Amino acid sequence: MKAKHQRLILAVVALLALIGAGLLAASALKDEAAYFYAPNDVKTKGVEPGKAIRLGGMVVKGSLKRASDGVTIHFDVTDGKATVPASFKGITPDLFREGSGVVAEGAFDAGGTFQATNLLAKHDERYMPRELEGMSYDEKTHKMKAER
Amino acid sequence: MHRFANPARFLKIARPLTAWLFWPGLILLLAGAGCGLFVTPADYLQGDTVRILYIHVPAAWLGMGGWTGIAVAALMQLVWRHPLAAVAGRAIAMPGAFFTAICLVTGSIWGRPTWGTWWEWDGRMTSMLVLFFLYLGYIALANASARQGSGGVSPVTAIFGLVGAINIPIINRSVVWWNSLHQGPSITLRGSSIDTALLWPLGFTLAGFTLLFAAIVLMRMRAILAQNKIEARMQRLARG
Repeated sequence: MKAKHQRLILAVVALLALIGAGLLAASALKDEAAYFYAPNDVKTKGVEPGKAIRLGGMVVKGSLKRASDGVTIHFDVTDGKATVPASFKGITPDLFREGSGVVAEGAFDAGGTFQATNLLAKHDERYMPRELEGMSYDEKTHKMKAER
Repeated sequence: MHRFANPARFLKIARPLTAWLFWPGLILLLAGAGCGLFVTPADYLQGDTVRILYIHVPAAWLGMGGWTGIAVAALMQLVWRHPLAAVAGRAIAMPGAFFTAICLVTGSIWGRPTWGTWWEWDGRMTSMLVLFFLYLGYIALANASARQGSGGVSPVTAIFGLVGAINIPIINRSVVWWNSLHQGPSITLRGSSIDTALLWPLGFTLAGFTLLFAAIVLMRMRAILAQNKIEARMQRLARG
């Protein structure tokens, strides 16, 4: 066997071991490296009230309500399997809207409502012109403002 | 590939090729950026903010592509002992790190108006930051362990380049394996979820940046080879 082939085999074996180690580490990190809990994770795993977590999912259409003080909002977060109620007091990101993704930082209170201290908007991987969406951007923004 | 092991033969091809990569690359990039800024419609959700895509995506592609190039060069250096592979690894590192930094910065600027944050420690952002640190480590190691007269990277640096490649599939899969703030992949083997009306300038900037990247790598390889020649001559002079 030529030295070149020996080195090739050594490199391939080392690479395979490396990929195996990487995959093992990634699968072990599956839960730890998750950026947020989905509502179904909360239901199946159970998160004790007061523990600081991130909750991520879609804002249920028609669930967004503004309290009488004008700055507190209530909405439901769903991942299609489970739905949890959440509330937040403060200024929401521009892209935060019903039917769109949200990541909320905060904790559950004793009543099972997620009290968010910070809201992040999560958008999906689709990009398209306004005309295709059927509704213009300005209309949408104004609709959001009217709801507030 | 060993036909190009002779630097003189390599230089004979690399010299004209640099211009052939550089100028079309620059034209494609400017055309893509111009069209992306002024011709394509705004996104239905993000409005004009979406236009940063035409820089952010090519930067991410070249940051990851650059390290893939380093890994391939490392394999050729370690297994086939190709003399130019070590030079190529060193030449790729700096532009690769540069584009990774551009990706991180544009991503941060994009994240503020859309997500509402400059930075979050989600899987995609963290693994991309790790790639940037890997580049810095590679450059430091290459500079610290440079062998006299070869101009290339040391075998230790090549092994580091090979090991670091494990991060590339992790970056690619980070939004699939773990739930993250960064959205999932838009362009997959099954097609694109970016509408064609918004997609086409991305092809221009992707091709443009890639050609420019290749031109820069060739320029750097030529500069390293020229430096070698100077050093060899100086040593001959010193010996008298």
